[in-house]
Amino acid sequence: MSSVARLPSIYAAKFRAEIALQVAYRGALVIWLLGLLIEPIVYLVVWTTVARSQGGQVGGFGAGDFAAYFTLLMIVNQLTFTWHYFFFEWRVKEGFFSPLLLRPVHPIHNDIAENLTFKLLTFTVVGPVAIFLIVTFGATLRSEPWQLLAFVPALALAMALRFVVEWTLALAAFWITRTGALNETYYLGMLFLSGQVAPLVLFPQLVQSIAYLLPFRWMISFPVETALGRLGPADVLIGYGAQLAWIAAALVLLRVVWRAGIRRYSAVGA
Amino acid sequence: MRSLGLLWLSFRLGVLNALQYRANFFIQLFQSTVGLLTALAGIAVVFGQTDDLGGWSRDEIVALVGVFFLVGGLIGVVIRPSMERLMEGVRLGTLDFTLTKPADAQLLVSVKQVEVWRLVDVVLGAVVVVIAIVQLGERVGIERAAAFGLVLLAGVAIIYSFLLMLSTLAFWLVRLENILVIFGTMFEAGRWPVGLYPPWLRIALTVVVPIAFAITVPVETLVGRLESTTLVTTLVVAVSLLVGSRWFWKFGLRHYTGASA
Repeated sequence: MSSVARLPSIYAAKFRAEIALQVAYRGALVIWLLGLLIEPIVYLVVWTTVARSQGGQVGGFGAGDFAAYFTLLMIVNQLTFTWHYFFFEWRVKEGFFSPLLLRPVHPIHNDIAENLTFKLLTFTVVGPVAIFLIVTFGATLRSEPWQLLAFVPALALAMALRFVVEWTLALAAFWITRTGALNETYYLGMLFLSGQVAPLVLFPQLVQSIAYLLPFRWMISFPVETALGRLGPADVLIGYGAQLAWIAAALVLLRVVWRAGIRRYSAVGA
Repeated sequence: MRSLGLLWLSFRLGVLNALQYRANFFIQLFQSTVGLLTALAGIAVVFGQTDDLGGWSRDEIVALVGVFFLVGGLIGVVIRPSMERLMEGVRLGTLDFTLTKPADAQLLVSVKQVEVWRLVDVVLGAVVVVIAIVQLGERVGIERAAAFGLVLLAGVAIIYSFLLMLSTLAFWLVRLENILVIFGTMFEAGRWPVGLYPPWLRIALTVVVPIAFAITVPVETLVGRLESTTLVTTLVVAVSLLVGSRWFWKFGLRHYTGASA
């Protein structure tokens, strides 16, 4: 049987192992979550205050719209979240990557399964927190049914896009021994251009145009705006196109970088 | 006098240690600068839409970010690394060596580990505070600056006592490293005035994790919006927490039997 045909059973086994592992390290899970939650709450509070001081609205966002925006942002951010690029340096340096390479399947499957399990487990907390935010901050959703439906593929594509891009970024660890500076630069782009600090419409026009051209917006802000009902049918289709184009480009890059990187890889002590 | 000598000695050891890894200075400088620019850019976005954030002007919020970096740096230079070291010492039993030394154990564990490069945050924060003060102009006099210094000191004392009490819990609970990470995450909320937050979060940031005292209150002193009752409360809380944490530390120490004993 080829390794591709066996993938489903490999994933199933990995899921079971990961659930046991991550439940065992609940403490670390809670910390990741807290970090993921505190930022949207902080910016939600800040923007609600701004909206109130400006007579209830800024850039077409009222207090209830901000609550909906940042709640959705938290959900999308959690569901698209990956952490591999933070740990790849350690993985390569300590030689933890070697056993993964010995397995008959591509190591990316290991990380995809790990990532999906984390999301499944943490969503049991993010879900209730989202409800809490909706109730406490009085979120209002003004989208039509088709927009909520359009949100589903937008979210799925965003998950794929962010995973492929960040996994490719992680591979930089094959060449650079300390990836901290690179990761932080990427994170900075993510923070501002994906709409985490504020909805992109509140930025100057130039920043909005840059955000349109880079992949960050399509990873977080686009699904959020779709669900909020801020995009028309044409915008949504353009968004899907941008997402697919970026996924294709990132996959090509991933293959190239992976092939070159794996030749360079030599674990410490190997 | 002797305590100051110990503090100095520990600081010198920290410097010597750090000088072995000089490249880390540039990494810290890069990270701190990026962090600061991020914070300032966030403020620029917010104040692109308004001139007033819950009664705070742009310069006042910039001063707040300065104090956030200053206090975060002060905690990061010595308090947090020392507390991490203390918890590790309880777990591994290496605390025994510290306890046999003929000096006050609380002082020894509190200055045990010094991360010199984190001083970058302190310097950057101080620079931002000074710039913000200049922008605020004549509103800040000598008297107010002195009060600011005093409240800042009280705020840091409160955080120190709080972290010491958390770390002392390690005598009973042993595995507690995560608790400091949670503190670090909550600390991020201090970038904005706690007055903006809804009551439940404001109470949490004042009572459960007392960062309001260390960041918002000093800046309120600086810009002259502090009521004298808050000033007195802060000083009283600082003194009682210092006394209380010392008592709790000694109480916890009596429960410590050493990892190997």
